[in-house]
Amino acid sequence: MATGDLCTVERRGRVHLITLTGAGEHRLNPALISAIRSAVAAARASPGAGALVMAAEGKFFCNGYDLAWARGDPSGRIAAVRAALRGLVADLLALPMPTVAAVTGHAAAAGCGLALAHDTVVMRASRGFLYMGEVDAGIKIIDYFGELLRQKVPDAATRRDLVMKGEKMTAAEAVRRGIVDLAVDGGVDDVVAAAVTIAEGLAARGWDGEIVAEIRKAAWPELWSKVKDYGCDAPSRPRL
Amino acid sequence: MCTLEQHGNVFVLTLTGDDEHPLGLPLIASLSSAVASAKAAAASAGPGAALVTVAEGRFFSNGLDIGWAGTSRTRLMELADALRPLAADLLALPMPTVAAVTGHASAGGFLLALCHDYRVMRADRGVLYMSEIDIGLPLPSYFVSMFRAKVTAANALRDVLLRGTKLRAAEAKEMGIVDAVCPGPTETVAKAIKLAEQLAARKWDGDVYASIRISIFPEACKSVGIVEESDEEKVKNFASRM
Repeated sequence: MATGDLCTVERRGRVHLITLTGAGEHRLNPALISAIRSAVAAARASPGAGALVMAAEGKFFCNGYDLAWARGDPSGRIAAVRAALRGLVADLLALPMPTVAAVTGHAAAAGCGLALAHDTVVMRASRGFLYMGEVDAGIKIIDYFGELLRQKVPDAATRRDLVMKGEKMTAAEAVRRGIVDLAVDGGVDDVVAAAVTIAEGLAARGWDGEIVAEIRKAAWPELWSKVKDYGCDAPSRPRL
Repeated sequence: MCTLEQHGNVFVLTLTGDDEHPLGLPLIASLSSAVASAKAAAASAGPGAALVTVAEGRFFSNGLDIGWAGTSRTRLMELADALRPLAADLLALPMPTVAAVTGHASAGGFLLALCHDYRVMRADRGVLYMSEIDIGLPLPSYFVSMFRAKVTAANALRDVLLRGTKLRAAEAKEMGIVDAVCPGPTETVAKAIKLAEQLAARKWDGDVYASIRISIFPEACKSVGIVEESDEEKVKNFASRM
């Protein structure tokens, strides 16, 4: 599948905006993740790009792994998509510019993790939940993903409610709990606009991108150590 | 020393008697046995169980039995070593756990409450208190791991461990240590059981629930001797559900 079928990439000023396209759930499989990673790599290479925004069309930001696809060959495909997401998280952590997730709709399981892997998270106030559905679906959480949750949801009670209780959190609740930075009223376009405005503000700081990446990796060192071997810079990339 | 009852799909573990429920070898052994029974009963019943721990009298527990230990550091270490596997059993328990803090919970008693997933506490009497700093006792390293895992605000951790602050329920709730506050002991127990019923009604797979708990608090679980499953083993579990 061409990148264009899965996500679009556009520049708005100094902001590189990646949008997961279509009205579907944007479920993660290697094809979509590969398209997103290409888009992230393009942002990295793009001259003058100062910040990244990741958004989505429709009711869903990302509803987790593509389980329908995974059923075709369960052990092989689950390992493959997990390794692919791990690589995307590494690429986001190593990205030499600030990152903003525009959670325009539901973000569940791996999709919730993808949002949290960004520096800043803005979320639609009127619709959509953050939902770690693994406990309800009977799915265990692997090491690096647990690390992502521990580093990005440091409050023990909040992490317990989100992950061990499978609480569906609205934007307002997520802001109150410190998981999301801003709840945005209106529709998908309003959320994207707010995210781009924040990203533009971050880009305007004129930070040295390499320093941004180094400081970010130092701020979340345990997570970085668990994903770095899967990133695009890793010396020996694991085969997917 | 303690009783275990089953009310529907909720197991109620009660520390009996009107004393301080000091965690000496006999009580620790009784509690371990009761927790094991709950685990076994739940295994045969299928998904959807929960455990509530309550205590009779004015105390939840005042911790390791210092009376028995006396001036013997060896004895105190023996008690700390005996409590560690009970902490592990609770942290690995394949069902949600709720502590109904119906009275004072200090030192090892506070730790015992923290080993549960949720805490409901009475407002009218009783404090959570880590007395070790006041008494002049070092903390077993797994105690510290548990507190670091569950009391994540730095100033709260400092107040609890380094300042010996005695927390009433309301303050504990503000610190994120207690989840719900009730007027008195009866309401506290009722609320804890109700919460347990709601959690049990989610019908979570116990093995998965325990695994997720361990992945949320890995250092604390490691400190009490739990060995986390590898990613490969977890993937096999995922694959088998497809």
